[in-house]
Amino acid sequence: MSKLVLRRIDRNNEEMLVNFGPQHPSTHGVLNFLVETDGEVMRRAIPDIGYLHRSLEKIGEIVGYPGYMPYTDRIDYLAAMFANEGYAIAVEKLIKVEVPKRAQYLRAISCELNRIASHLVSIGTMATDIGAVTPLVYALREREAINDLIEALCGARLTYNYHRIGGVAFDMPEGWRDKVLHFLERFESLIQEWDRLITWNEIYLKRLGGVAVITREQAIDYGLVGPNLRGSGVDWDVRRDVPYGAYPDFKFDVPVGRGWAGTVGDAFDRYYVRVLEMAQSCRIARQALEKLPDGETMAKVPRRIKPEAGEVMSRVESARGELAYYVVSDGTERAYRVRARTGSFLAMGIIEDISSGLMIADLIALIASLDVVAPETDR
Amino acid sequence: MPSKFSFAFPRPNTRRILFFSSLAAVFVIPVALFGLLVVYLPFIQKDVFFTFVRETLHRDPDSWAGTQWLYGAALLVAGLLLFTFASVSGGIFSWYERRVAGRIQSRIGPNRVGAGGFFQWVADAVKLLFKEDLVPAEADSLLFRAAPYFVVAGMTLTLVALPFGQSVIVADLNVGIFYILAVTSLIVVGILLSGWSSNSKWALFGGMRSAAQVISYEVPSGLAIMTPVLMAGTLSMQGIIRAQGGWPWQWFISRNPAAFVAFFILFISQLAEANRTPFDLPEAESELVAGYMSEYSGFRFALYFLVEWANLWIISAIAVSLFLGGWQVPGLEDQDWAALRGAGSFPPVAWWFWQLLSVGVFAAKTMVLVTVVIWIRWTLPRIRVDQMMNLCWKYLVPAGFGAMLFTLLWQIAVSKARIVQDISGGVLFVLFVYAVFRFFVLTRKNISRVVGDRVDLTNW
Repeated sequence: MSKLVLRRIDRNNEEMLVNFGPQHPSTHGVLNFLVETDGEVMRRAIPDIGYLHRSLEKIGEIVGYPGYMPYTDRIDYLAAMFANEGYAIAVEKLIKVEVPKRAQYLRAISCELNRIASHLVSIGTMATDIGAVTPLVYALREREAINDLIEALCGARLTYNYHRIGGVAFDMPEGWRDKVLHFLERFESLIQEWDRLITWNEIYLKRLGGVAVITREQAIDYGLVGPNLRGSGVDWDVRRDVPYGAYPDFKFDVPVGRGWAGTVGDAFDRYYVRVLEMAQSCRIARQALEKLPDGETMAKVPRRIKPEAGEVMSRVESARGELAYYVVSDGTERAYRVRARTGSFLAMGIIEDISSGLMIADLIALIASLDVVAPETDR
Repeated sequence: MPSKFSFAFPRPNTRRILFFSSLAAVFVIPVALFGLLVVYLPFIQKDVFFTFVRETLHRDPDSWAGTQWLYGAALLVAGLLLFTFASVSGGIFSWYERRVAGRIQSRIGPNRVGAGGFFQWVADAVKLLFKEDLVPAEADSLLFRAAPYFVVAGMTLTLVALPFGQSVIVADLNVGIFYILAVTSLIVVGILLSGWSSNSKWALFGGMRSAAQVISYEVPSGLAIMTPVLMAGTLSMQGIIRAQGGWPWQWFISRNPAAFVAFFILFISQLAEANRTPFDLPEAESELVAGYMSEYSGFRFALYFLVEWANLWIISAIAVSLFLGGWQVPGLEDQDWAALRGAGSFPPVAWWFWQLLSVGVFAAKTMVLVTVVIWIRWTLPRIRVDQMMNLCWKYLVPAGFGAMLFTLLWQIAVSKARIVQDISGGVLFVLFVYAVFRFFVLTRKNISRVVGDRVDLTNW
């Protein structure tokens, strides 16, 4: 396919095949799109994935249950907490361990902080891909503060390995609670600053509004999850609708796309749902810190995890949408099968369908608005 | 364990020498550049030069054969001077833009080479000089190599007709602004050539976008330029500036409501012609990698960037000359300049001082516009190709026509009653002052709403 450069369509038209990637500034990792263009207008863009495939699911069958935990970090390096949590919940279901309340709260806090950090990267790169370079720096500045907080919590800034089977690795350090509250207080007003900085910019609205519309039906048909699904107006959040961990204890809203810039389900809706979600994450984190119970952070888990034969499924609401683990045990110390169902992979599926008739500049808006992260796609 | 890769800061006295030398450079380079222009450019005006030949060399300039050679040599020196001005100012603007961008993005910016990183542009240029000058295997080698020269030529030739001060101009052509429009088009030839000859799809996209953009936006910019031309009744740059006055209410932008509109049309069109954000589609990093210069490396690459930053000065200088009073020093009229000049073959010292002042006024106004252009670049997102075309043909071109027609009627009104342009000048000036006031109030309000720590600038 890639040998084809110019193809004659009819008497007057030729189309050009452009390899959009794997090394391209806005593919967010190593992705390739085979773009068939007629000038600036695309006929279609075919995602070509697999550049970052690291056999993470196969590794899950080779290393033991606790040993797989650091590998889950690498599934999505921008939101590693969720991959930790999903796998931990799956194995806990398998070995029937109850996680202590305090550990569940710490999981919620760390996940919500991680969600803010991940969404900051998403909306920052969104602005950069549209051509405004400045907002990314502001977003990364705040992400840096979150990285510092998480580093104080678990010693790592990117691949946390914080959630463990049966709880969390460490209790929070002294003074951490005040640091997080201080950050949340500052950050909530910074969301408004962000709106003034870029969100309601006229050019930005024109570039994103009505572009790459995914209808409610399409979103459901293609199995989109998370902010991409909610951007299309579907009110679905695993944290609220299939509660897990400490989430039933918290009050929060689920932002849904309302067509702020014209059409429900356009790139702007997906973008702005993420901005609103950051505020909700702040709310959850604050409630969790206020209600944080005392007690153990780790349940009694046997040193050698050897679950009975059976299969189990866990779902968590990751920053990129519903992240599901399907773990099959054959009664030995190693899983028979570990399968991760990730949001980016599902989002990649819809790109070919949506992209026809868009301009090249819109393809970038589409990729950025779907928040596709290459390692999560390939695993 | 001491490693052989260990890095130590230079000893304190070395740093101090670097610091003071770069601080000196910050002041000396602009003064030296403008000083050379002020001293040299009045000299090569034909009448002054002929007087010099007659009175100092004691030859008859019309019959002496050496006059032509001497004059040619003098013009060559002027050309070199202009090119130096373009390169050095382009370099300094690259540093300036990065520093301003740093502050906008709440970071510091380049700060390692010299005080405040002032010599960063020298370091970058030297680095690029040492890079391999790579021509892609499948590229059209001749066109690929030639393209940057078109771009540089288009930029440098503009400076010939751009005034710097009251008598500081290389050639006050009677078709000045028309000439500038014409030679600026050379840039698009270079960009199109580079896009085509690179044999890269991204470069081709960039070249095509650039051609579409620059050619489209020449129409509204030409129409907007008609407004000051109609008001001044001449195409000569110096003539247009002389028709304005020193005070803000005497500038063309305020003397005619249509000129106020035309200024913004011209400014937007020039942003598009210079490929600055929000019109940086030809080199849109997130879409086309680097657009038409994707395949360039080494010094050819440096030339493109040199042109980009030197263009900052040029587009701002054109707008300042046409609408914002150019070099006009407030309170100094034409007859005052003539009186200062005196009748001798060489003007008195005071005249040089006033020349320098007029250059200073011009440079200050231009720097304000340059800063605005940089500010826009680091604030706004990029518009899409179809939106760019829509803006040009649906809004700017009709508005430019409207401004031109209004100016025709306005000039008839002015010829009947001169008071209308003074009224317009006063009203628009008051509105402008109010807008600036509102801007500062809003800025203060926004700053007071920002929470968080200030940027640590101790390591500037």
